Amino acid sequence: MLTRREFLKLCAAGASVSLVSVLLPDLALAAKSGAIDKLPVIWIELGSCTGDSISLANTMDPSQKKLFSEIIDLRYHWLHMAAQDGQSVKALEDTVQRDKNRYILVIEGSVVTADQGKYNYILQKNGSLKTGIDMLKYLAEHARWVMPVGSCATWGGPAAAYPNPAGCKGVAEVIHRPVINVPGCPAHPDWTVGTLYHLINYGEPELDSAYRPKIFFGRTVHDRCTRRQYFENGIFARNPGEESCMYLLGCKGPVTYADCPVRQWNDHVNWPVEASSPCIGCTSPEFPDGMMPYFKHLPDIRLHGATAAPDRLAKALGIGTAVGLGTHLAGNIFTGRIGKNLISGTKPKASIVTKKTYPAKELEDKVDALLEKFDNLEQELTHARQKSRNKKGLIAKAKQLLGKDSGEETD
Amino acid sequence: MVRKRIFPVTRIHEPLSIEVEIKNGAVTDAWCSSMLYRGFEQMMYNRDPRDAIWFTQRICGICSSAHAIAACYALQDAYGVTATPNGVLLQNIIFGADIIQNHLRHLYVLVMPDYVEGPDIPPFNPKPAIDYRLPKQINDQLMKHYWEAAELSARAHQLIAIFGAKAPHQQAIYPTGVSVAPDAGKIKAAQAIQQDLYDFAANKVQEDFEIIAHYYPEYLKIGRGYGNLMSFGMFPHPDNSELQIKGGLYLDSNKKVEKLNPKYIRESVAAAWYREPVSGGKPLKETTIPQNNKPDAYSWTKAPRYQDQPVESGPLARWWINGKYRRGISAMDRLLARAFELKYVCEKVGQWLEQLRPGQPSIQPYETKKEGLGVGLTDAMRGALGHWMEIHEGRIKHYQIITPTAWNLSPRDEKNRRGPAEEALIGTPVENVKSAHEIGRVIRSFDPCLACAVHLIETDKNRRGSLVT
Repeated sequence: MLTRREFLKLCAAGASVSLVSVLLPDLALAAKSGAIDKLPVIWIELGSCTGDSISLANTMDPSQKKLFSEIIDLRYHWLHMAAQDGQSVKALEDTVQRDKNRYILVIEGSVVTADQGKYNYILQKNGSLKTGIDMLKYLAEHARWVMPVGSCATWGGPAAAYPNPAGCKGVAEVIHRPVINVPGCPAHPDWTVGTLYHLINYGEPELDSAYRPKIFFGRTVHDRCTRRQYFENGIFARNPGEESCMYLLGCKGPVTYADCPVRQWNDHVNWPVEASSPCIGCTSPEFPDGMMPYFKHLPDIRLHGATAAPDRLAKALGIGTAVGLGTHLAGNIFTGRIGKNLISGTKPKASIVTKKTYPAKELEDKVDALLEKFDNLEQELTHARQKSRNKKGLIAKAKQLLGKDSGEETD
Repeated sequence: MVRKRIFPVTRIHEPLSIEVEIKNGAVTDAWCSSMLYRGFEQMMYNRDPRDAIWFTQRICGICSSAHAIAACYALQDAYGVTATPNGVLLQNIIFGADIIQNHLRHLYVLVMPDYVEGPDIPPFNPKPAIDYRLPKQINDQLMKHYWEAAELSARAHQLIAIFGAKAPHQQAIYPTGVSVAPDAGKIKAAQAIQQDLYDFAANKVQEDFEIIAHYYPEYLKIGRGYGNLMSFGMFPHPDNSELQIKGGLYLDSNKKVEKLNPKYIRESVAAAWYREPVSGGKPLKETTIPQNNKPDAYSWTKAPRYQDQPVESGPLARWWINGKYRRGISAMDRLLARAFELKYVCEKVGQWLEQLRPGQPSIQPYETKKEGLGVGLTDAMRGALGHWMEIHEGRIKHYQIITPTAWNLSPRDEKNRRGPAEEALIGTPVENVKSAHEIGRVIRSFDPCLACAVHLIETDKNRRGSLVT
């Protein structure tokens, strides 16, 4: 079994090997030896396109077979289960009764709220139709963890695009309990499986202010972009298909938190920027309205030189970090600007509209002050974390030693 | 007489509820209700037309590239541009690989548990009360192929990612081609995957479904329906843009393949939860408002009709019209035609990969237009797909999509005629009313995808108000 530190290192490395392929055999071994139980998983689809299920099924190594037979107990998933109608609903109900506070609830698709949720029924129980929102609330109440997967489930996503005809919302806006968000359109299988792994073995992963695991969504796409050097050298593509920086074609990499450049897609085959197309920011809470038009580039906010601008902009958005009122405010300033610049034509979401405009100089000062404050806070937080980690580390070490002893005895 | 509702019908895409009337052990009437409404086309209003390709594909995660292709054709039509020869080939390759992925997942992951007994673990547990008839050895063999197909469908998505950045939801298709330049390395990598896919399709899939048809022969008769078939055709040739699978119409009344004219397409909302439009349901003008409490309505899917006829589309319709599959029309024939098509597309993808010319442009710059109309018609995994688009002052003024599942699983129209799948259910024998797995088998033969089927467009700016009330 990997230690948490090793696990985090693996996640951060991203490249060269598939995360899933490294983790899952380990997880299967643990499940076999009885160290952990095969986890009951209930996977419900609300206002979705099934893309996240398909993406999960794209896990290559280990195969889908291993996933189902050795790693998780997929008790309810209407795309895969043999049973239908009453029998499938009974399987769902049995899991809730027998594995109360033990099962993981995975939600795919956004919560349809218009007309009391009547635009989306998902099953019948004792002859009466149940809406997606009612079932979500009921299932979330007894779940050990609630894990919205994909951008629709996390914050509404494409289903909630303006004018949001079905009143679609993210799961966290509807239920009153903590969630672990795994966004993406679709969510990368590594993100879904990696988060599950962390939940089973180490509990809840460290989350950012948007409840995303920092191990996958801690840095911007721009930060680790495979074409970063083109940006630094000022070589910008004017048309899709040119092998250079996609910034002027509307790339949202500078404000998007995800590890696509190192993880890449479909088992390390490719990713959008390497395919000479701009990133469309699908893991961001503002996706898709705040990221459209796809081919219009981010507002040029001149701070200290061209390179600094997008970096700082991203930092100031504050999505990647859990700290601070200050960053939150800065985030508003910038998201307000992004909203205005990018959504022309469609009405932006209420949460990302700020009417107030700041003159350039004033804005610059404000941001600098806020960033400084933010840096200080972050430093404090790091210290605090280190302290607590030391403590946790000792406990973990002690446990490990004890575990080893008992293991040797049985040998 | 018994009336029964099956909800959820599992192993399809998105919520579907089916109500049937059963008399003397057979279905006498049926109603298909789709239970999700998101309003995708409404969202298209006022957006940049170029965003349509990557936005509309988010309607559906299993056939995303089909929407990308249809939106791309509509844009090409509106802007008056065409893709480069390499671009056409790459678009075909991406689309073809997605069809392979879809067919593998449909035939094995979604359909097979209806006929083959799975292992003793969830999601195969709890086991439905099905009359499994395969001898154990054959059953085990097919289950082995189930897992193989699950893996190969992921490999097909890898093939998309080579030229399309990622899958699902590729990110490389543009009106003039594909943004990835094909070099020798990429072509070789893709050919390796294509070879594996072709081997499986040619040596196993058709045989597997012949075996199933052998042990469940009654399904070669069950689930016929109207026998009206339609296809838009697909896969343009890179040199003359002639379609490599031809489109057409085959009506049961005259048993002839005719030419298709899109102007005869119309949508009825008689039994759908939408207010009656004034335009008569023409795709380029259609205006619709949801109306939840409408009497007699029972579905979020509208009912498209061709010359007022309910028609079926999908692989069986395609190959019937192209004269390559004429064994019959039934639930099992739909699966067999799909298996046949799988091999054909695998072969074609191989040919297109060979035709790619490294060094030649796969995409070229193009001029956008402020005004224009665009229609993008293509067959997709499940049948005929159309995107209709109107551009005004550089933005989308009107967007309408008619999907294969809307054709196949449509509800009744104003003349009270059933949709094709509803009609196909009539006469289906039901042994055990409680499990009613026979109904699931017939419905799954259409490969329904409700995520695609439900949508509406309304260009009235005050529409939101009317929606809430």
